[in-house]
Amino acid sequence: MSSDYAVDAVTSDHHAADIDRHVRIYITVFAALMVLTIVTVAISRFHLPVPIAVTVALVVAAIKGSLVACYFMHLISEKKLIYAVLALTVVFFGVLMALPVLSYHDGFWIR
Amino acid sequence: MDIPYTYTVRRDTGLTNGKIVIWLFLASEVMLFGALFASYILIRTGAQTWPRGDTILSVPMATFNTLVLISSSVTMVMAWASLMRHRFSTFRMYMGATILLGLVFLIVKYFEYSEHIHLGEVPSHSNFLAVYFTLTGLHMLHVFGGMMVNLYLWGPGAKLWKTNPTWFTNRVEQSGLFWHFVDLVWIFLFPTLYLL
Repeated sequence: MSSDYAVDAVTSDHHAADIDRHVRIYITVFAALMVLTIVTVAISRFHLPVPIAVTVALVVAAIKGSLVACYFMHLISEKKLIYAVLALTVVFFGVLMALPVLSYHDGFWIR
Repeated sequence: MDIPYTYTVRRDTGLTNGKIVIWLFLASEVMLFGALFASYILIRTGAQTWPRGDTILSVPMATFNTLVLISSSVTMVMAWASLMRHRFSTFRMYMGATILLGLVFLIVKYFEYSEHIHLGEVPSHSNFLAVYFTLTGLHMLHVFGGMMVNLYLWGPGAKLWKTNPTWFTNRVEQSGLFWHFVDLVWIFLFPTLYLL
């Protein structure tokens, strides 16, 4: 959808209305991101135990990141090829993140 | 010979080449920052003790910078939306605001770095500071790079709007994708470095 916009930049009235709708969404997402940033800082003031603090901080960051990716980067309505590229990226990113976890469990692959 | 599919879509992918390329580039960026995040986790979990970020770093400054970068993401997407509405002067205003907000981010970071360096808190001082300077330094380079591209699109690159508005709009969209990615990285850097 939104990627089609880039191609059809010469807009019609219908397109203009659609863009207006998107602008309203951008403003809403902006407000949500601001609130979530304040929430992130507020939660850190509670000095929760580290595992809980890490989980909460990463969950809030993931929500914020998803909002940016879905709405500002238009991932909510992208073409299949982009999703395929990102799926592959997610797999390799997962492997990268798994390395320290495996290492934490005493490097069992070495034994 | 002209580069194909710069403003017309390929039938098989439904995308312009620029769009595919920017996403492939962002995928490589995910791996770059992912490797650094993985290293950070490895160093932190292996350390006997690890300081809470807010005991060393300035949370108010970082919170302000987070709000600045989020605002710049909104102005960036509004710049693109303005072009979609054929409002070039509005585009200029939003793109200018995006560049200025990026500059504000870098200025705040300069003050933050200066304070640490003045106190002798340099990367060689501790693992925490080494991780902090590496991650935020690389991120700052990305902010600077994005600003340069945006500055080009705001200034000399905007001439393309007169001859090929669709191509110019695509360029702004692709620059925006990079800018939002930089924002996204900061969204994760902020809590992991400053608040935990």
